[in-house]
Amino acid sequence: MSDAMRDAFGKKLAELGATHPELVVLDADVSSSTKSAYFGKAFPDRFYNVGVAEANMVDIAAGMATAGYHPVVNAFAIFLALKATDQIRNTICYNNLPVIIAGAYGGLSDSFDGASHQAITDIAIMRALPNMQVLVPADAKQAEQALEYALKQTGPVYIRLNRNAMPDLPVAESIGTVCSAEGTDVTIAANGITASFANEAAALLAKDGIKAEVLSVPVVKPLDVDTLKASVAKTGKLLCVEEHVLAGGFASSVSEAFMKQGISCKFDAIGIEDKFTETGAYVPLLAKYGISAENIALRAKELCK
Amino acid sequence: MNTTVKELLSQPDRKFNAKELALLAAYFRSVMFDVLHQRGTGHWGGAASSAELTTCLYFNRLNIKADDPKWEDRDRLILSKGHASVNLYTMLSHRGYFPVEDLPSFRTLGSHLQGHPCMKEVPGVDMSTGALGHGISIGLGMALAAKQSKKNFWTYVITGEGCLNEGQSWEALMSAAKFKPENFVLMIDYNKVQLDGTEDQIMPLGPLAEKLKAFGWNVCPKAYDGNNTEDVLDSFAWMDSEGAWPKAVVYDTIKGKGVSFTEGKNTWHGAVIDDDSFAKGIVELNADIEKKEAAL
Repeated sequence: MSDAMRDAFGKKLAELGATHPELVVLDADVSSSTKSAYFGKAFPDRFYNVGVAEANMVDIAAGMATAGYHPVVNAFAIFLALKATDQIRNTICYNNLPVIIAGAYGGLSDSFDGASHQAITDIAIMRALPNMQVLVPADAKQAEQALEYALKQTGPVYIRLNRNAMPDLPVAESIGTVCSAEGTDVTIAANGITASFANEAAALLAKDGIKAEVLSVPVVKPLDVDTLKASVAKTGKLLCVEEHVLAGGFASSVSEAFMKQGISCKFDAIGIEDKFTETGAYVPLLAKYGISAENIALRAKELCK
Repeated sequence: MNTTVKELLSQPDRKFNAKELALLAAYFRSVMFDVLHQRGTGHWGGAASSAELTTCLYFNRLNIKADDPKWEDRDRLILSKGHASVNLYTMLSHRGYFPVEDLPSFRTLGSHLQGHPCMKEVPGVDMSTGALGHGISIGLGMALAAKQSKKNFWTYVITGEGCLNEGQSWEALMSAAKFKPENFVLMIDYNKVQLDGTEDQIMPLGPLAEKLKAFGWNVCPKAYDGNNTEDVLDSFAWMDSEGAWPKAVVYDTIKGKGVSFTEGKNTWHGAVIDDDSFAKGIVELNADIEKKEAAL
């Protein structure tokens, strides 16, 4: 376990600021939480704290993006996805502007603050927007890679970040699908921080003689269908795991792609059912809503019956 | 097209004087009325209300190059009241950004002249607008980019009441007063009539100038007549005078200006201009063109 994703992201912003003069950073009075303050300290002339006004912040960034800048807007994921949806859709995405939407405290990671602060619908919203790419890093390194990738794009990218320090995964060269365990019995496709739980689940399944293949899939859009398809061709079974409601998120995007391409397999998905979440310590909270090694192993085992 | 207007428009890069601008605005208003009648869709009231503001900007004020719409040092104009799109398209086409002959394709399938302005489709549109309340924030971003890159271009935002009903506008007003970028101007087309009724019936904004001042803006002490080109040019002189940034000008205007039975009527916000209304209205608009020509 290394830095929390938000620390890694904030430090990377500050690092890239030195080599990317077009990089400007905006925050909505949560820079000490999102850690964009690292950039603010290093480059105060390129840092704008706009107060608690996410919609305004996104459109300011859009204006800057039309004049040669590559802005990164930072706020809690839930408030970017909900309070600034109109601005992200009608200004950023419609005009395909290079603005990076960095959604902090993604999923249930703002666990103690409760349902009002937990982003469980952001991925569905973002992936529905034309031109938007959607990245959900699994660990600190992937968060850095997501930022590096996003800065190379000429259009918008949403990056969902996590508040807490999570276990590190095997490192890939750039943001993309990582296979952390090879297997032939069942494919577990884990989005974001659920990947570390999927890895633990694979170890549990191995004890029962089930060989699970674990794919960490951080890119929801554009979806890496080929890697998923190749894995499922071996296993014939797919369990998707995500820290998001099941409607419209990662599992939805996988099942849509599979249906369209006629890829047939036994399928299950773990995510938040059609309900609001609650306050609590992060890991037990995730477990209550199905995201735990034990539950992933259980559901994978059921698929293998 | 009237020959005097034709003569003027043959020199689109010229800085026209107030009387010439009044004639052009009268002509452009007739073009808008004609296009909206032909199409049977679009927004007459707010397009007519802004005719002098946009004419004076495009034919006297803006530092722009029609043959280089993306010129990075150009002045920016954001029509935050994007429903007045036919007004913007009329200006841009007559300023040389695209053929005037394209105007009748407004709002038809396949046309680049979308219902509301789209910067990806139309050269010269600095920002896509339509959803109300975005313009001041976006303009602030452009003005901050100018400041950041030490460029001198100006950013103008035109709003109506609708934009100022939106909460985002007031977030933007607050933040502009915090960052104080230079060369950033808010022009309010204050016709006091909304879609469903008058401003007083729907959402009273007054005292508007005082509210803007309280939000930290340098507000022009004079409420200019936004349908009078001499007044609009005077307001430009005020923008150029010494004074703190950002600056705002509140223009008194008339919704549906130029056609007696549409003036000040909320029902003409987006009503279809039928044949009968067109026949009556165009007579008045043409008479105004003749009057403005005689006054040259």
